[in-house]
Amino acid sequence: MSVVVYAETSEGNFKNTALEAVSYGKKVAEQMDLPLIALTVNATNPAELSRYGADKIVKINHVDLNSFNAKIFAGIVHQVAERENATVVVVDSSSNGLYLAPILAIKLSAGYASNVVAAPSSIHPFVIKRKAFSNKAFNHTEIKSDIKLIGLAKNSFGVFENPTTANEEDFSPEICSSELRSTAINKASGNVSIADADVVVSGGRGLKGPENWGLIEELAAVLGAATACSKPVSDMGWRPHGEHVGQTGKPVASNLYIAIGISGAIQHLAGVNASKVKVVINTDPEAPFFKAADYGIVGDAFEVVPKLIEKLRDFKAQNS
Amino acid sequence: MKVFVCISHVPDTTSKINFTENASEFDKTGVQFVINPYDEFALARAMWLKEKQGASITVISVGDASVESSLRKSLAIGADDAIRIDADPTDGLFVAQQLAAVLKEHACDLILTGRESIDYNGAMVPGMLATLLDWNFVNACVGLEIENQTATALKEIDGGTETLSATLPLVVAGQKGMVEEKDLRIPNMRGIMMARKKPLTVLAPIAIESSTHANRFEKPAAKSACKLVDASDVDGLIALLHKEAKVI
Repeated sequence: MSVVVYAETSEGNFKNTALEAVSYGKKVAEQMDLPLIALTVNATNPAELSRYGADKIVKINHVDLNSFNAKIFAGIVHQVAERENATVVVVDSSSNGLYLAPILAIKLSAGYASNVVAAPSSIHPFVIKRKAFSNKAFNHTEIKSDIKLIGLAKNSFGVFENPTTANEEDFSPEICSSELRSTAINKASGNVSIADADVVVSGGRGLKGPENWGLIEELAAVLGAATACSKPVSDMGWRPHGEHVGQTGKPVASNLYIAIGISGAIQHLAGVNASKVKVVINTDPEAPFFKAADYGIVGDAFEVVPKLIEKLRDFKAQNS
Repeated sequence: MKVFVCISHVPDTTSKINFTENASEFDKTGVQFVINPYDEFALARAMWLKEKQGASITVISVGDASVESSLRKSLAIGADDAIRIDADPTDGLFVAQQLAAVLKEHACDLILTGRESIDYNGAMVPGMLATLLDWNFVNACVGLEIENQTATALKEIDGGTETLSATLPLVVAGQKGMVEEKDLRIPNMRGIMMARKKPLTVLAPIAIESSTHANRFEKPAAKSACKLVDASDVDGLIALLHKEAKVI
């Protein structure tokens, strides 16, 4: 028996969420006294996973697997899980992870828990803690099936080094056919995506118009952050819909979320409150966001943000 | 074209989330339930397919009689008929299996639903349903066109979008973008009157043993108060983020 983690790559490199999934898998494997098997597809440096505790690395390399297809990738994880006699399978909550996990659950006949935030509190019965009600509650779920599938919430467990000497093994899976064809991929180059960002800088109606977004972009650039916006801002067409964060928009689970000129409607908070540290800058001290934030400045964004950009530049210059 | 829209009946976003005494169940007392916001985008897109391309729409939900308010609202918006599978949903797989059992008995070209429900946020049912039916599946859909039994779907990916193409039948899990917020439908009086006469069929569930069980709920620990920094002291904020929060 084993614990199997699917460690996703982007252009050959492991995403942070994949390293977090491996770190989590190691913890579960230790609790169950089982080996941790990490599965990689077209990874440039699979051996990197031994630093996070993988006991064995199953390497799959195939030119047909350069682009992601949920059904095909679920089929591959399924084959590796069967081959390694997996009793627990872990995937991350990247958009690809969320896409393949439900398909994989059916293929494996596995009980599936998504949005998992902690290692099992008990192995017999197998109980894990997951987020529910848009981060307003947690739920302790028992998985009763023989094979358990865990979808690890982003930025919930952390990345931990745990060096091992891992065996590496090549594997050639059967690649199933899919009638779903990818005809185009459109990615904004050069920008940090909200899903991958450690820091997100977000602007709301308080910025008064799209012409003032230079402030948000400049602050984001200093912090290496992704830019985002509130719902009214995207509804008014100031910013593209892809930047809308909050309920019905993109979820944010970054280390740092900076909300500028955003009052903090409950729908907005539902989508961003999984972020570790929240900072709010708003002229209105009664804005609901101050109740949800860790740090706040009551003040005018047009005065505070330029100063913040300047001081952060100095800070970065000294600390890099 | 026959479209099924799967509707989840969920607590309104602004609801206070409380649990029963031993924290084993969600406390529904005083909670307003609505159509899951993500499913509203799916229903609005189905309405577009009905009005522009003559599709017929069945809305379907798994739940007790209380979910009928959301089904009736969907009928008032313009769905043609409704099905309720009379069971208390225990987890995502349970719902997907119940839906699959009914869908296998019905002619259907397209299943539309929301990416996730805002109660358990599982994001499981659409992909499980597609796999149980052995249909193609598009997740996180932000645009959908159907022409001659071929679907072209725009899917959100991390950092951009991907265009996918497939022949029907297809399961699509949607979100904002599939229609714009302003194109969401609100029932009018005529729709509400007509909805009363539209068929709502109640079906018995199939027997399923759930593979997961929600044992206990818990609320997040109370958050400490927001630390306010004076607007003139951005250095103070930077110091807190660096030394205390350790995020920069």
